Amino acid sequence: MSQAQHRDHAGAKLGMWLFLFTELILFGGLFLLYAVYLARYPHEFSVGGRELNVLFGTVNTMVLLTSSMFAAMAVTAVQRGQRHNVVRLLGMTVFCALVFLGIKYFEWSAKIGHDIYPGSQRLTTGPPGESVFFSLYYLTTGLHGLHVLIGGAVLTFVAIKVQKGKVNAGNYAWLENGALYWHLVDLIWIFIFPLYYLIL
Amino acid sequence: MSLPDNSRTDISSFWNDTGKTGIAAWIFSTDHKRIGLLYFYSVLGFFLTAVVLGLLLRIELMTPGRTIMGPQAYNALFTVHGVIMIFLFIIPGFPGAFGNLIMPLQIGARDVAFPRLNLFSWWLYMIGAAIILTALFTGSGPPDTGWTFYVPFSSRTGTNVSLAVFGVFIVGFSSILTGVNFVTTIHRLRAEGMTWRRLPLFVWSLYATAWVQILATPILGITLVLVIAERALGTGLFDPARGGDPLMFQHLFWIYSHPAVYIMILPAMGVISEIIPVFSRKPVFGYKMIAFSSLAIAAAGSLVWGHHMYTSGMSDTAILVFSFLTFVVAIPSAIKVFNWVATLYKGSISLEAPMIFALSFILLFSIGGLTGLILGAAATDIHVHDTQFVVGHFHYTIFGGSGFAFIGAMHYWLPKFYGRKYAEKPALLGWAIMFVGFNITYFSMMVLGMKGMPRRYYDYLPEFAPLNLASTIGSWILALGLALVLVNLFRGLMKGESFGRNPWGGATLEWSVATPPPTENFEEEPVVTHGPYDFKGAGIP
Amino acid sequence: MTHEQDPHIISYGKLAAVWLTLLALTGLTVWVSRLDLGVNRVWGALAIASAKSGLVIAFFMHMKYEGRLLRWLLFVALLTLAIFIGFTFFDVLYR
Repeated sequence: MSQAQHRDHAGAKLGMWLFLFTELILFGGLFLLYAVYLARYPHEFSVGGRELNVLFGTVNTMVLLTSSMFAAMAVTAVQRGQRHNVVRLLGMTVFCALVFLGIKYFEWSAKIGHDIYPGSQRLTTGPPGESVFFSLYYLTTGLHGLHVLIGGAVLTFVAIKVQKGKVNAGNYAWLENGALYWHLVDLIWIFIFPLYYLIL
Repeated sequence: MSLPDNSRTDISSFWNDTGKTGIAAWIFSTDHKRIGLLYFYSVLGFFLTAVVLGLLLRIELMTPGRTIMGPQAYNALFTVHGVIMIFLFIIPGFPGAFGNLIMPLQIGARDVAFPRLNLFSWWLYMIGAAIILTALFTGSGPPDTGWTFYVPFSSRTGTNVSLAVFGVFIVGFSSILTGVNFVTTIHRLRAEGMTWRRLPLFVWSLYATAWVQILATPILGITLVLVIAERALGTGLFDPARGGDPLMFQHLFWIYSHPAVYIMILPAMGVISEIIPVFSRKPVFGYKMIAFSSLAIAAAGSLVWGHHMYTSGMSDTAILVFSFLTFVVAIPSAIKVFNWVATLYKGSISLEAPMIFALSFILLFSIGGLTGLILGAAATDIHVHDTQFVVGHFHYTIFGGSGFAFIGAMHYWLPKFYGRKYAEKPALLGWAIMFVGFNITYFSMMVLGMKGMPRRYYDYLPEFAPLNLASTIGSWILALGLALVLVNLFRGLMKGESFGRNPWGGATLEWSVATPPPTENFEEEPVVTHGPYDFKGAGIP
Repeated sequence: MTHEQDPHIISYGKLAAVWLTLLALTGLTVWVSRLDLGVNRVWGALAIASAKSGLVIAFFMHMKYEGRLLRWLLFVALLTLAIFIGFTFFDVLYR
């Protein structure tokens, strides 16, 4: 009986989707807390939301949506056998990831500079609802940022494989599944943005 | 005439047919059978460690006041006993050990969908376990919060909560990856003719379990992260002084930890569904309902977590809803019990060790399940919440249930992998001693709980002393029986009589391969033409 | 070994069109947030976010072209999360 390496593209995709479900539920726990505390502190959440920079948030949203488009285009490119396009598109996706993280760094530094961070003087002595809002903000965007980093690393790794020809039109589960992971990162932000920046 | 010797030392099998030898050939193996045995020995080692801790706890509780340790040690001991038993034995144990050993064979596959991910799961488990153990011996010492890590104590105690909880997080990730692997495997790698309606019930139970692992464990993950954040960053999300709500910790914790008990029991029930028909020589009664009930238990079991919180300050509406749903989840469990008993009816019963453990599972789990209804009904729960009654209840279900099923599975399947068998009489004697010891130990606890003795208390009123003494003596009898059972089993696996290809007469695919199985499991992918308990169709008398 | 069925290839043009729609919806959600909707502002925000994620899932993640199984499983996962949050509100809303 042949023991040759046997690839199951649909199986790999199923496995990736199942893993994405776990990520959804992981962030879901934070959204659960958000929902409960929003119901309890509607006013303080508005006040907190107004402290966040809508411009930065909107730009970051557009950056991630664009990066998602690039990742999806990279899948199209690999399916059409356009190796150079794939690498270029993945490169642009990762570039967007870096821009996102850069903006995030700005935002966080600004907040921390204004004494807004978990356990800070301002938050421990101010209205409790605001402390809750910002604790959730840091935890959620922090966990999300970590996933942006991981996703970017994965796509960089995939781009190298594409460059070497190991990922190609006949064998692109790595790219497809890496892109799926990236889209999840985008999806989480699609919910973070209005819930934190636009609850005004 | 002597039977051909077919143990792992004598013939070519997964033990030796890869040409690779030494430890590296095991801890870097992607063969589901080797990984299954790696899990088996790891979880068994942790189980025995936690048994010793449990015995020490019972010695402390043997008499009122201080017996052998102080209160801090006692708190740490019951925490670590729980953490090891739950996160390092019973949650990973069934899927990791028997799921890995048996499931691919039962569906006619060569291995799981992601063999390297499977190995990674075991490594994550070991790394998580190492981190948990490190937490016990470093810094300010082992956590003393109970395995449930409730806030506010877990936010404030100086003990090694963060490190322990991080270890649990890693072990949880291992569980998630196993769930992903098993769901994909069962969807994609079934052999030709192995339809969903011909799947062995053990596989159905692992499928339902895998879904719980996928959908519930991430909530544990985020909850543990939140505990570390409370401690390390002062996020205050569970601190009322900072606007937080301690009940939110309880909700998040139990959203995972209640479904987790179904991770513990579903595969165990699957084992019982395998053993009962084989040792009754009768197809299982109501196959479809048993398969369906596994899914129903997983689904309904995800709706009831609030029944751990009746006395927490939760709303009356929530108490009502969760209490009602808790009764609903008892129904599919009862369906299984009825169907197992119906399978026995007019069967040709043979009482070997696997069957004896399976039959006692039905009794002990039923007692656990019925006491669960007392806990599930809010009105009665008020009186027994946080008493020894709860401790009795869950030991009946987890130990009398899952534990006995695990031991039954060991006797049923391990001889297939070792090619040698344990001796029946010592196994049955050991079982009998265990059964007596078990009931003395844990039934006493239920009576104590009814009388008002709290759980997790270092000391108790003098009126509780006689039953505590009885319970402790029961634990020694239980331990003696367990020792006899395990020594007899392992002696048999190493040096016992030769086992043969299918001495139990099972019709599922693991019995169709050689003993022990070769690495590739099947020479050619099997084509399945009969159901898993269709002995006639499989040509077995 | 190549995959069993023809891969569904989504053209660059279609992907760009989806992207433009997503940007438009982003603009919409920012605009809506400035209206005085009171307590409904959350539901409005969630509705638009759901529409955006629907597009990402259907087109960027190819769900529109996948089989029934994957769609069902996604539904199960979302339902599970909805139940976790919803049932918690049985407590939080009625204290």
